[in-house]
Amino acid sequence: MIYMFKIAVVGDKDSILAFKALGVDVFTAYESEETRKIVDFIAHNNYGIIFITEELAKLIPDTIERYNKEIIPAVILIPSNRGSLNIGMDKINERVEKAVGTNIL
Amino acid sequence: MTKLNVNPTRMQLTELKGRLSTATRGHKLLKDKQDELMRRFIELIRRNKELRVEVEEELKDSFKEFLLASAVMSPEMLEEAVAFPKETITVDIKKKNVMSVNIPVMNFLRKLEDDEGSIYPYGFAQTSSELDDAIAKLYGIMPKLLELAEVEKACQLMADEIEKTRRRVNALEYRTIPDLEETIRFIRMKLDENERSTITRLMKVKEIINATED
Repeated sequence: MIYMFKIAVVGDKDSILAFKALGVDVFTAYESEETRKIVDFIAHNNYGIIFITEELAKLIPDTIERYNKEIIPAVILIPSNRGSLNIGMDKINERVEKAVGTNIL
Repeated sequence: MTKLNVNPTRMQLTELKGRLSTATRGHKLLKDKQDELMRRFIELIRRNKELRVEVEEELKDSFKEFLLASAVMSPEMLEEAVAFPKETITVDIKKKNVMSVNIPVMNFLRKLEDDEGSIYPYGFAQTSSELDDAIAKLYGIMPKLLELAEVEKACQLMADEIEKTRRRVNALEYRTIPDLEETIRFIRMKLDENERSTITRLMKVKEIINATED
């Protein structure tokens, strides 16, 4: 399967506007309902990677979890301009615990 | 351990023996799969953690610059400056099968349009240098960010699969196999017991016949 996928960033405007200069598609959202709609829309429209700020990801854990089970798209958390909430790091540790049984890192 | 609810017959015994050997073989294979998955997972998750620490650190810097830029420039100007990107990023995703887990392999295509010299999609006249810094930094982070996406997705999928495999291995090891062994032992004993009772009965019958003949 050779197919070109696009890359999207979802977040608040101040955090992610700079990504636009790099040719990544930028979607701004602030509330949970809005974010959910955008993420679902993106996921069904040929995007391979979705970067989403931790602040927004916190609002829609179910939606994120749903896409975690599929190969495409990859939903990756990034910190916003107000700093990292450490959700991404916690997720990594959670995964280690799930797979290994204890946290070995 | 519980004995399975079966009739103690020779036929059942053969069938259960077959099931036991399949279960043992399956257990060995799954155990191997689990070990190999675990080895790869640990390699990947280490890389994942490193990348995430680096990326978060560098993104913070870039955001800081961008915040400064948005402080000096008007929002309209800022938006206008980045509105027409010169670069396009697309990603080609293939599936790779690692121990029956499909993990994505991502190939990124970054393409700068026309003028190859500059990464900035705007002229320098009306923008501040902070914006340049922010975008230059972000441009530098991009490869790492993309690698993070690939590694993190692979880790996600593998963690799920490892958990599933572990459950199966445990179910076989602590439930199915002991149950089968116990049931087989039960049937064997029952059959032996039947055989012994037949022999005794025959001996008794013979004794009675002999007694009446005398």
